[in-house]
Amino acid sequence: MYPILEAESIAPDVRRIVIEAPKIAKKHRAGQFVIVRVTPEGERIPLTIAESDAEAGSITLFVQAIGRTTRLMSELEAEDCLVDVAGPLGRASEINRYDGAAVVVGGGVGTAIAYPIACALAAKGNRVVAIIGGRTREYVLLENELRDHGIEVIPCTDDGSYGRKGFVTEALADVVADEEVGVVFTIGPVPMMSAVADVTRPGEIETIASLNPIMVDGTGMCGGCRVEVGGETKFACVDGPEFDAHEVNFRLLQRRNTSYRAFESRQLSSLESLDHEHHEQLLAPVRGACARRAMS
Amino acid sequence: MIKVSRRALLKLDRIDMPARDPLERATCFDEVNIGLTPEEATVEAMRCLQCKTPTCIDGCPVNIQIDQFIDRVAVGDIRGAADVIRMDSLLPAICGRVCPQEAQCEGACVLDKKHKPIAIGHLERYVADTIRNYGLEPPVEPVEPSGKSVAIVGSGPAGLACAADLAKSGHRVRVFEALHKPGGVLIYGIPEFRLPKSIVQSEIDGLKELGVEFEMNAIIGRTITMEELLTEEGFDAVFVGVGAGLPRFLNIEGENLIGVYSANEFLTRVNLMGAFHENTETPILDLTGKRVVVFGGGNTAMDSARTPLRLGAGEVRVAYRRTEAEMPARVEEIHHAKEEGIVFDFLVSPLELLGNDEGWLTGVRFQRMELGEPDDSGRRRPIPIEGDVFDLDADVAIVAIGNSPNPLLPATEPHLKQTRWGTLEVDETTGRTTMRGVFAGGDITTGGATVILAMGAGRVAAASINEYLETGVWSETPEPALT
Ligand SMILES: Cc1cc2nc3c(=O)[nH]c(=O)nc-3n(C[C@H](O)[C@H](O)[C@H](O)COP(=O)(O)OP(=O)(O)OC[C@H]3O[C@@H](n4cnc5c(N)ncnc54)[C@H](O)[C@@H]3O)c2cc1C
Ligand SMILES: Cc1cc2nc3c(=O)[nH]c(=O)nc-3n(C[C@H](O)[C@H](O)[C@H](O)COP(=O)(O)OP(=O)(O)OC[C@H]3O[C@@H](n4cnc5c(N)ncnc54)[C@H](O)[C@@H]3O)c2cc1C
Ligand code: SF4
Ligand code: SF4
Ligand code: FES
Repeated sequence: MYPILEAESIAPDVRRIVIEAPKIAKKHRAGQFVIVRVTPEGERIPLTIAESDAEAGSITLFVQAIGRTTRLMSELEAEDCLVDVAGPLGRASEINRYDGAAVVVGGGVGTAIAYPIACALAAKGNRVVAIIGGRTREYVLLENELRDHGIEVIPCTDDGSYGRKGFVTEALADVVADEEVGVVFTIGPVPMMSAVADVTRPGEIETIASLNPIMVDGTGMCGGCRVEVGGETKFACVDGPEFDAHEVNFRLLQRRNTSYRAFESRQLSSLESLDHEHHEQLLAPVRGACARRAMS
Repeated sequence: MIKVSRRALLKLDRIDMPARDPLERATCFDEVNIGLTPEEATVEAMRCLQCKTPTCIDGCPVNIQIDQFIDRVAVGDIRGAADVIRMDSLLPAICGRVCPQEAQCEGACVLDKKHKPIAIGHLERYVADTIRNYGLEPPVEPVEPSGKSVAIVGSGPAGLACAADLAKSGHRVRVFEALHKPGGVLIYGIPEFRLPKSIVQSEIDGLKELGVEFEMNAIIGRTITMEELLTEEGFDAVFVGVGAGLPRFLNIEGENLIGVYSANEFLTRVNLMGAFHENTETPILDLTGKRVVVFGGGNTAMDSARTPLRLGAGEVRVAYRRTEAEMPARVEEIHHAKEEGIVFDFLVSPLELLGNDEGWLTGVRFQRMELGEPDDSGRRRPIPIEGDVFDLDADVAIVAIGNSPNPLLPATEPHLKQTRWGTLEVDETTGRTTMRGVFAGGDITTGGATVILAMGAGRVAAASINEYLETGVWSETPEPALT
């Protein structure tokens, strides 16, 4: 059992969750992730470590409630627990000093995932521009936190309710046209990352995408997370999750991520059909006192 | 005991293992083999000739005193039989079920020539199950704490066996496992209908009673480094039993289509994550009425073929590039698979996986093969028959062509030297690696092998760890392994 120290909503359906995991906190480097199980019979899902505090022994995750598991996880509060947290997994991001600007493009919860990379790039002395997109104003995440690290932020919303109206790729095209860009990191929905790669391809700007295939073990044992990069098959959990965006077969990734769509929607509706009492029964083993008893 | 003449005994047939009805069992995950009754076990044990030089013992990788334990079974002294087995094997309930007996103990039994070898595996299982079911395990004897501690990395049979022996020597033992459940392949790979998980669990419970600690979600090399185990964490020695968990693929066109699984992924979803339960939270493709094709011919392929049947598949075919005679799977599994209605296509090799516009698998293009000259392994090499290519419709394909040594730990620890096959370099007689205080055994040193070999390697390493902890002597240049 891994105790939750803090839990708060930072946008509709997006929770920030701080977990006690001292060993993982000590090892974490930007770009790595953990595999989490929420309940005793739950599935294993990958979530990026957005922040870690080695001294406090904690890691921070941002989770977007899109399906059954992430929905359940979003209902947890401080004092509750997660059944399993394993990591840190994956290769760390390569943080270099670039001649031009380092641009980080995040969409939705992707911004939270890109946050540690943006900070690490800034700490290396880069000029960092963060282009962060959301459907509407509430989905533009971590703007102030990024600015606190001296990062220039260009918020974008699909509906123009805040910042620039339109897609992050349009803002990116402008930045690329205006100044020299050394590197672009992109994290978010697959179509967005694919579009970002298209913007930077003509100028051959180094572009790195953090891929999000479906995973099981996260240790290289199952091959379920395989992606195609430069025509070669890679296991995203051990060879990635970051890859050269210009070489990634995004179409394949997008398709493979739909493998279980029917199952996932059935699961979500079965969760939604539960009344409050049955819902709580599911979470009972990881709720506060109960979970702490199981630990001792 | 009744005296029966040797001649009469030789005439007796081997007692068949009672098994569930093939049609019934292929719909559920209950264990296929039911187990011998006491009467059946006694008669089978009495068939043993009690040879002066029991050749069967040489066939067993850990040299169980087979004649002696069978002698005990024949007179109904099951506790005595268990004592004999326990001297050499720590996991008889498991090995009795999954050892390739026909290539080991039973293959070396003198009666094998008459095609009636003693059912040594079934008897071993009978003894272990009886002891477990009646709670006849000897009480845990308190041992003097040695003040030393050992870390075990990986909780497969190698790690479990090593942990058991070291705990019995009084050392503090802690097992670190990357996944959320201990047991290695015994838990995530071999299915319930062949090896009930409750048996593996009872072995692990037994270790906990011995005082062995288990730490899950601990990926050594990531969560904790090898170096840290020996320094900050304060362990005096480490045993590495991380297995051969890296799935091989065919490297052919279409391998990343939806519907193509590695055996590891498919079996992990079903066994470890329980995707066969109705209310599973881990998804698996709906196999109801689907056509499944499995590539490979080993135990993993048999498990990958028989599991889809139990998930409602319409038709399951196993495609193997040699013939039945060369199949590495246990004979019993092939037999059971056939009984359950699995179709075997021999001398075929997949050339390409075919898909539709949405990226889903629709079929397989095969190349027909014929057998040529024997290769290094002594098996006749399959060679393609020019132009003999055909297509087969399939909705799901499972690639079960073997696993390579798990690279995660060696990749993060430069002091651990690897062979060019990716296995860890060890001194075979002691399990010593190229890093001081670190020993290894099981599939990570041999490549994908067997449960009994992994268990044996874990015990060999435990013995040399004991010696190392006592003497503190570490020879810096272990003989590199020949293989
Ligand atoms: C390395 C890595 C890091 C990740 N980091 C984060 C993170 O920090 N925060 C976060 O909220 N999510 C992250 N994800 C995605 C997260 O793992 C999935 O959202 C989660 O597994 C969905 O589980 P579920 O049961 O709630 O939803 P499901 O029922 O599995 O899926 C619901 C919907 O989401 C889609 N989907 C399924 N799997 C994924 C996936 N892997 N990525 C995107 N969409 C998917 C499905 O097609 C479906 O439409 C990460 C994924 C990877 C591989
Ligand atoms: C489907 C299948 C069927 C099989 N059937 C048979 C059979 O019928 N008979 C037979 O004799 N053999 C069979 N085998 C082979 C047999 O299971 C293996 O030879 C045996 O399990 C090897 O044991 P091991 O202890 O070396 O490794 P494993 O059982 O592979 O265990 C290794 C463990 O280490 C963990 N690990 C890996 N890396 C790390 C790390 N860095 N940190 C912490 N933990 C880590 C893994 O998660 C795993 O739990 C089968 C194998 C498979 C896959
Ligand atoms: S351990 Fe395996 S090989 Fe040895 S006697 Fe038992 S079944 Fe036979
Ligand atoms: S070789 Fe066969 S008959 Fe002889 S002792 Fe061994 S099991 Fe019995
Ligand atoms: S998630 Fe299983 S190999 Fe990557």
